Order: sequence, then C-alpha cells, then structure tokens
Amino acid sequence: MNKKEQRDHWLARPATVKRIWRVFVALLALTVLAQLAVSIKGYFGLDGWLGFGAAFGFLSCLVMVLFAKGLGYLLKRREDYYGGKEEPADDV
Amino acid sequence: MMFEPIPPALALLLGGALIGILRGHARSAIVLLAPLATLWLVWQVPDGVALDIKFLDYRIEPLEGSPVRRLFATAFALMALVGGLFAYRQAKWHELAAAHIYAAGAIGVCFAGDLITLFIFWELMALFSTVVVWCGGGPAARAAGIRYVIMHLLGGVILKVGIEGIAVHTGSIDVQPMLASNFDAAMILIGILINAAAPPVSAWLSDSYPESSPTGSVFLSAFTTKTAVLALILLFPGEPLLIGIGLFMVMYGIIYALLENNIRRILAFSIVNQVGFMVCAVGIGTEMAINGAAAHAFAHIIYKALLFMSAGVVVYRTGLNRCSDVGGLFRTMPLTAICGIVGALAISGFPLTSGFTTKTLISQAAANEAMVLVYFLLAAASAGVFLHAGIKFPWFVFFQRDSGLRPKDAPWNMAAAMLVFAFLCVLLGVAPELLYRFLPYPVDYEAYAPDKVLFYLQLLLFSGLAFFLFLPLMRRTRTISLDADWLWRVLLSGVARGAYGALGWIGARLAKALMRIGNRLRAVAARHMSTSPDGRRSGVFARAWPIGTTALWIAILLTSYVFVYYL
Repeated sequence: MNKKEQRDHWLARPATVKRIWRVFVALLALTVLAQLAVSIKGYFGLDGWLGFGAAFGFLSCLVMVLFAKGLGYLLKRREDYYGGKEEPADDV
Repeated sequence: MMFEPIPPALALLLGGALIGILRGHARSAIVLLAPLATLWLVWQVPDGVALDIKFLDYRIEPLEGSPVRRLFATAFALMALVGGLFAYRQAKWHELAAAHIYAAGAIGVCFAGDLITLFIFWELMALFSTVVVWCGGGPAARAAGIRYVIMHLLGGVILKVGIEGIAVHTGSIDVQPMLASNFDAAMILIGILINAAAPPVSAWLSDSYPESSPTGSVFLSAFTTKTAVLALILLFPGEPLLIGIGLFMVMYGIIYALLENNIRRILAFSIVNQVGFMVCAVGIGTEMAINGAAAHAFAHIIYKALLFMSAGVVVYRTGLNRCSDVGGLFRTMPLTAICGIVGALAISGFPLTSGFTTKTLISQAAANEAMVLVYFLLAAASAGVFLHAGIKFPWFVFFQRDSGLRPKDAPWNMAAAMLVFAFLCVLLGVAPELLYRFLPYPVDYEAYAPDKVLFYLQLLLFSGLAFFLFLPLMRRTRTISLDADWLWRVLLSGVARGAYGALGWIGARLAKALMRIGNRLRAVAARHMSTSPDGRRSGVFARAWPIGTTALWIAILLTSYVFVYYL
C-alpha cells in the first residue's frame, strides 16, 4: 500500500494533500487579517466589517448546499426516468 | 469606406456551404479562413445603418453597426475560429458546416438594424443549432434535438407575433429600445427570453447541450444565449422585470448544477447562471450595467467555451459523461486539467482572470444604484459560482479519487484551441483596458482597487473552504433532477395519453353502438326483403306479386298524384 502511494502522482500523495490544506488555511487566515492593513470600504456599511466577505461567502455556500440537498430529495430521479438511457452516444 | 460594406455573416454562410462542397485540406482551410474573414469584415462595419433595402413596404437594414454590436460579433467570430480549430479534425463535416451557419445567424443578429432581419437570422440559428445537437448521434441526441427545436420554433413564433404587432401598430420595425408595457413588446421580450434560457423554460439548454458531440457543445455554449443577451441590450435596456428574472436564473443555475452528475450538464446549468448575471445587468440598465453585461458576455463566451473544450476532451478521450465515472484524470491529462482550471477560475471571477474584471462591473452597477438586495444576491451568487463550477467541475473530473482511467491528453488542435482561450482569459484579467476600450460606454472603473480584490478573495476562498468541508453533502448520485420541462414531458404527455385513451374508449363505445343499430336495421331489412332459407316465408318486398296488383298500385299512385295536383 505504502509503495503504491509512493508510485502515485506526487499531487495525490496524502503528505502533499496535508501540506496543501495547511497552505490553504494559512491563506484563508491571511485574507482576513489583511483587512487590518487594507480597509474594505464596502458599499453598504456592513460589508466593510472585518471578515465580512469570508463569513458571507462561507454562509451563502452553506445555505446553497443545504437548499440544493433539500431540493434534491424532491427533484432527484433515476437517470432513466424519462425512458431513455443517459448513456453517451457511441459514435462520438 | 470606398465599397459597400459586406455583411460579415455572408462569409460564414459561404464558409458553411464550402465545407459541404470541399474535401480534405481545402475543407480544413475553410473552417479556419471563413471566421478569419468574418472577423475582418466585422471591423469594417461602420457605425450607423450601412445597408438598406426596400422590401414590400419595409425598410430592411441588414447591416447596422455600433460598438456593442461589433463587440458581440467579434466574440462570435472569434468563437467560430477557435471552436473550428478545436473541432476540425474530430467533428463530422456536417457539424462544422452547421456550426458555421449557426455562427452566421448569431453574427447576422448582431448587425440587424430591423426586426425582420433579426427574425430571419434568429431562425437560422434555431435550425442549424438543432443540426449541431443532432450531430451528437444516437437516439438520446435525436430526441433532445427534437425537444430543442420545438422550444426554439415556439419561441420564434412568439417573437414573430410581437414583431408583426410592432410593425402594424407603430409602423416602424427598427431595432430600438422599448419597454415591455404592451402586448407586442411583451411578446418580443418572451421570444428573446426563451433563447436566453430564462425560467420557466431554462431546461431546454441543460437538456440538449450535453447530448451533442464533445465538439458540438463548444459551439452551442456560445451563440444562442449570448445573442439573446445582445438582443436584450438593444431592445430592452433598463426593463425592470429583467432584474428579477436574472437573479432567478443565477440561483437556478447554481442549485441545479450542485445537484447534477453529468459533467457537461453542470456546465450547461452554469451557462444559465452566467446569463442570469447579464440579464440582471441589462435590467439595471445604467451605462455601467450595460457595459458590465457586454463585457461579461464577451469574457463569458471565451471561458465557457474553454470549460466546454476541457470537458469535451475528457468526453472525447474517455467516452464517459458522468462525474461519478471519472476522476483523477490530471495524471495523464495535465494540459486539459490546467486549461479547465483556468476556465473555472475565470468563471468564478477570480482576480487576474477575465471573470473578475467583467463581473465586478455588474456588481458595481448594482452598488451605484443602491440596490442592496441585488448587490448581496450577486455577491452570494459569485460565491456559488465558485462552488458549482469553479471547484466542482475540476475537482470531480480531474481530482476527486483515482478512477484508474489513464486517457491520453488532448490532440494537438484541441490543445491549441484551449491554450488560445486560456491565454485570453488571463490576458483580459491582467489587462482589462484591452476590453474596456470597446465597450458601448466610456469606462470609468478601476477593477483592481485593493479592497475590492481583498473582498473577493475572502468571498471566494471561503467558498472553497465550504466546498471541501461540505463535500460529503455533495456526493454524486446517478440521478437527474426534475425541471419545469417535467410539466410537458411527463404531465402534458400523460394528459395527452389519457385524453387519447378516453377518446379511444368513447370511440370504441360509439362503434359498438353503431354496430348494434346497424345490426338491428339489417335484421329489419332482412325480415322485409328476404326469403327464409327454407323458402316458406318471404318479406313483403321479397314476395312475387301478381302483375294485376302492381297495375292497381300504379293506378292508385297516379290518381292520388292527380288529386294532390288539383288541391
């Protein structure tokens, strides 16, 4: 198993993934902290708060994912719902 | 200009015809030369009406130039050129020919000075885009193409009703700004919005595009919806209805893309999402907003085509259409993956890409008009775009898990086309003035104000965090999602089948009743007119009457006649 991991692409190795996560979290912190140096004026007052963009982005995504999830229970159907199979055409 | 300007659409029409006639290298040359010639002709079109013809009682203006018309036509010609490069070695010749005529339709609409010209090119687009859908091959593409063409011909009829009304009631068929305050204008608006994939008919787009060939979807992604955006800019700038419609499209695209498993259908939903931004901008209608809509359309055509190219190469190489079937393809398709990521970053409006320098114009326009709700919904949508297209597409296709697939990377022409568009995505992001110069109104806007960049970085990067944290909520399932087209694909066809069944039942009962009446009549007739098999009894009319009786009856008849005559 370990050998197989070694042979895999460096980008797919767990060690690399861990490192990417660290860099990513550092970046996230940096973009919020940078607001102390570069003040965001904003258009409507509240969008100038510290970390507003971060919180707004995160929360809107959460809402959209949950909404989609909920709607999925209502709208999702098997692929052959309309009769035809979703298989790709053979002669592409 | 010394010569009469030539309508640029003619070059592509000719190109489409020549592709059918020529073979081999000559055909390949035409695939690339016709769009080049078109591009050159587009820039020869002067401002104002350049051609007018008298037809019946109408003044037809097939060629009218203006900055925004040239901008869209440039994007379309560029698309035909680079799309041609992407497709010419892999696509069937009739797909290439149809794509050229389809593009000619789009460019014809760009320069249409009157509604009749606009309508003719509009229908040209509808017909030949259907051929492109059909080139996907197989029964699924055939059925999707039929649904597609029904929707577009219906839209065309509604548009035509509006145009006729305008012609009769105002006497002018000029393409000029109007408001949807009367029936005629409302019909035109609906006709255009159908092509923009607005609700409730958005489903035609996500239904048909993924069924086309890997090269066909690249062409389809560019022309129809963006021509509709241009038509809205020319005919309905500042129509307040469009703001709400646009915002709905933006959210619809995100939610449905999040639910979707088919690679190209994710991108199709994100077209609706992106066109929503533009429709909303046209609704805002200020100079800044119209600039935003035009710039965003230009940038969008390029990065969306790039995304469809990247997805197209994956489908072409693997023959697989679902996210749940692929994954980990970056190992052997690094170039396709990188180009896909560039397109994904651009569509998300990441700083240094064309999406950032154009989409923020629209947000700025909303902010300038103090439209708080619109501004924040657009900001939330920007986060959502990163979620559903920016990360979801590259993640599930190129990373995710190792599917074990090791397909080859893109063929050289497909790679070259992707590189050209990836380069343009970055170029317009780094040097937005290149595009701003050609916008309809003067641009007074600084894209890279540090606080704006910081705001969008926060917004996008934290959306990225949300994606990876909530990944378990987004597990791919082999499903489709119901859309408004369920109403006619299932409900209406169910009603039709029910009505057919009911009519059949009534028909059967009627036939039975008729049969019974017939039988009874026959029995009566048989009783009176025939002789029983044993010859004993005969009906009144079947008996042999003596001559005398007959003569008597004739005498009675004649007498009563004479009698009646004298009365």
